[in-house]
Amino acid sequence: MNSRIFHIATNTFREAVRDRVLYNLIAFALLMSAAAVLVGQISLNIERLVVINLGLTAVSLFGIIIAIFIGIGLVSKEIDKRTLYTVLSRPVRRWEFIAGKFFGLSGTLAVNTFFMAIGVFAALAYVSHHFVSSDLGVLVALYFIVLQFVIITALALFFSSFSTPIFSAIFAFWLFVIGSFAQDLRNFAAMTHGFTRWMATGAAYLIPNFSALNVITQVAHGEPVPHTLIVLNTVYALVYSMAVLSAAVLIFERRNLK
Amino acid sequence: MIRSRQVTCIASALLVCGMATAALLIHAVDELRPSATLQQMLYITSPKLLKRLSLGYDGLLADIYWTRTVQYFGGTHSRGGGNYQLLWPLLNITTQLDPHLIPAYEFGETFLVAKPPEGAGDPEKAIELVRHGIQNNPGDWHLYYDLAFIYYDLKDYRNAAEAFLRGSQLPDAHPFLKIMAAQMAQHGGDLQTARMMWSETYRTTHDKMIQANAAAHLRAIQVDDNVTVLENLARAYRERAGRFPEDFSEMVSAGLIRGIPLDPLNHPYKLEPGGKVVVTHPDDLPFLDKGLPNGYVPNPFPTLTPAS
Amino acid sequence: MYAIEIEGLEKVYNAGFWRQRSKRALRPLSLTVNPGEIFGFLGPNGAGKTTTLKILMGLVFPTAGRAQILGMDLNDPRMKAQIGFLPEQPYFYDHLTARELLRYYGQLSGMDAKQLPHKVDAMLEQVKLGSSANVQLRKFSKGMLQRAGIAQAILHDPKVVFLDEPMSGLDPMGRREVRSLIEELKAKGKTVFFSTHILSDAEALCDRVGIIHQGELRGVGAVADLTAGVHGKVEIVWHGSIVPAAIRSMNADCRAAGESTRIVVPEESQDSVLEALRREQLRLISVVPVRASLEDYFVSQLGTPMKSEAVTSRS
Repeated sequence: MNSRIFHIATNTFREAVRDRVLYNLIAFALLMSAAAVLVGQISLNIERLVVINLGLTAVSLFGIIIAIFIGIGLVSKEIDKRTLYTVLSRPVRRWEFIAGKFFGLSGTLAVNTFFMAIGVFAALAYVSHHFVSSDLGVLVALYFIVLQFVIITALALFFSSFSTPIFSAIFAFWLFVIGSFAQDLRNFAAMTHGFTRWMATGAAYLIPNFSALNVITQVAHGEPVPHTLIVLNTVYALVYSMAVLSAAVLIFERRNLK
Repeated sequence: MIRSRQVTCIASALLVCGMATAALLIHAVDELRPSATLQQMLYITSPKLLKRLSLGYDGLLADIYWTRTVQYFGGTHSRGGGNYQLLWPLLNITTQLDPHLIPAYEFGETFLVAKPPEGAGDPEKAIELVRHGIQNNPGDWHLYYDLAFIYYDLKDYRNAAEAFLRGSQLPDAHPFLKIMAAQMAQHGGDLQTARMMWSETYRTTHDKMIQANAAAHLRAIQVDDNVTVLENLARAYRERAGRFPEDFSEMVSAGLIRGIPLDPLNHPYKLEPGGKVVVTHPDDLPFLDKGLPNGYVPNPFPTLTPAS
Repeated sequence: MYAIEIEGLEKVYNAGFWRQRSKRALRPLSLTVNPGEIFGFLGPNGAGKTTTLKILMGLVFPTAGRAQILGMDLNDPRMKAQIGFLPEQPYFYDHLTARELLRYYGQLSGMDAKQLPHKVDAMLEQVKLGSSANVQLRKFSKGMLQRAGIAQAILHDPKVVFLDEPMSGLDPMGRREVRSLIEELKAKGKTVFFSTHILSDAEALCDRVGIIHQGELRGVGAVADLTAGVHGKVEIVWHGSIVPAAIRSMNADCRAAGESTRIVVPEESQDSVLEALRREQLRLISVVPVRASLEDYFVSQLGTPMKSEAVTSRS
């Protein structure tokens, strides 16, 4: 069982890595880091700030786009184009397929982030000329970004399990946007009453908590990230992804594949 | 090998437990970072820049900032500390993004003017805020009401009266404004005026926090009233008995009062030596002018809404 | 024990936005396939062949009925390790090479890791893709994809092989190769279940066939048994290109071939044709009985002829 998931994961990784879209997007992200250096030079003393803010935001946004497009592509497309038929006619369980895709795509995104991060650190080294201890915060921010990718991957897989590629991409993207305002949604829910309050609170806790995984501004100002937050966010990302994947499995197990 | 039904069971269990645990974790994280969005909130401090960046979605963004403002104020208020530095910037951004967000002006009028720990204590900014509101919503009489209230709080009765007057001239203005214009012009400093102002606010506002604030003011007015009357009666007792009463039971025996007097929260008043009347639970009664015990230091953790 | 056993299999789709329209893809279908035989599943497009195959592969869930392969349930992984499947017009991972693809499928089928590379190379040779082993699949022609598809279906030496339109997209050479491959499989004792709408292939290869039309099974049996019940035909050839009016009015299949004309008519009409020729004093060349073909069986059963071979192979 485990070996099948492993093989599906490695195959997913291989497919993703050979897709040209990936490289274009990474190139864009690296360009952003370079641009950050230029923008930072416009005003004195905020080069670090701009490089970290712009660089990390680019990594985050482009990463999400990669996650969604490749994530959707790898599952929806596979169902659409019937590559899935030959896989499922073998002793592969449907849930193993979902799990394999998840690990493969998460691995791909982690590697992507690594390369994009090099761009950010290179830009940072260029403007700062040496590394400061608070640069460790940048690593934490990057780690949180990877956690965001993990969650988005799970969501992309979830939507792919029942929806067409286009709609899966749209849903996943919108959940990312809304999830970035998750804390505001919870505040809003606290201000309402009665039935609306139940609905809003429910929704606010169901959407992915991307706002807590975004520490870019903090890190840009050199403020430390509490260790508790790192632990809580890690557990949250794992637990939430697992829940979403379970939902994906529940749907996918029952789906008639046309 | 795991069968299909087993997969369904396990997946369903993981889904439910996972989501529940995730919700708990969200809660834990929120506790950890109460001011998390603070830096994000004000990262871009220029409202004009923000408006441009919002790509036309400024209405939505204004709503988001408004939600954050309320949350910020409520959170800071309950945690104490009384430092409302961010209230003005937040309200400023909100009303720049959406100048027609009327509740924001009312909120600013109430809590920008009030002194710490009840509010930010910055009446000039409050005036600036409401004037911006009037400029963008010239037909809305509520804003003139808000402006008048600010001046009233600053004891600038002339400007308060003028604000009421201008507001009363608007087509669908509440008749209250005309009445108050007159009242303010002649009896600005009276307790009666104060009572009228706060009662009207209490009656008409939709915001729970503003309502609680008005109620607290009304209770304070009541206490001031009570204390004035009781101290007069204590002096009357001294006229007759040659000394101040020791406690209220003596005044009852003298037929000056019917029973032990209670404050609006049903706590008994206390008679101090020298005929001074004080409240026994000053922490529950903010905004008092009279009736405060000697050496009383206001609680940094104020409560606007005690049991009543 | 049957290799494949299907009992009362039904599939109803609910179409429409509110799922109010129901469409019957399969009426209760029952058939069995014996081990070691080649079974042809025939029918026009849209008859329900692919639906049946998908149900057997566990891709679609039936609304009623049951089926077993090698005596095991359709979702049993032990069963799946012993079957191979080639879907219709397969499409594979764009960016993998043929070798990588087969290795992947081999791994998923649980093949031994040490022997896998050898077996993959051997299989690639067998389907004549040896020279393209390291070419990415997105560069493959349709015929090459088809061969890769067959390779992945039999790579792990399954007992039962399912093929959905295996001849589609192949030129006559390719089709010959697939035909011999299927015969090889039978020689090795495997069971082959394939669907097609090309009757001549079925006639040549199959031990037994099943004919399905509009979701319903219309006939099952050996080809000879099925065609035996159909009335025979006769082929009459005469000299010249004149077709007498009486013959023309029969609306039979009449063709000119060089200096002679040929017609195929039912046995009963034989005498009237010969009579018409004699009256016109046309010289008779031959009178030969023609064995009823599967196509005749089809027409008699379904009332609609299958599209002719030339047309279908293009689709």
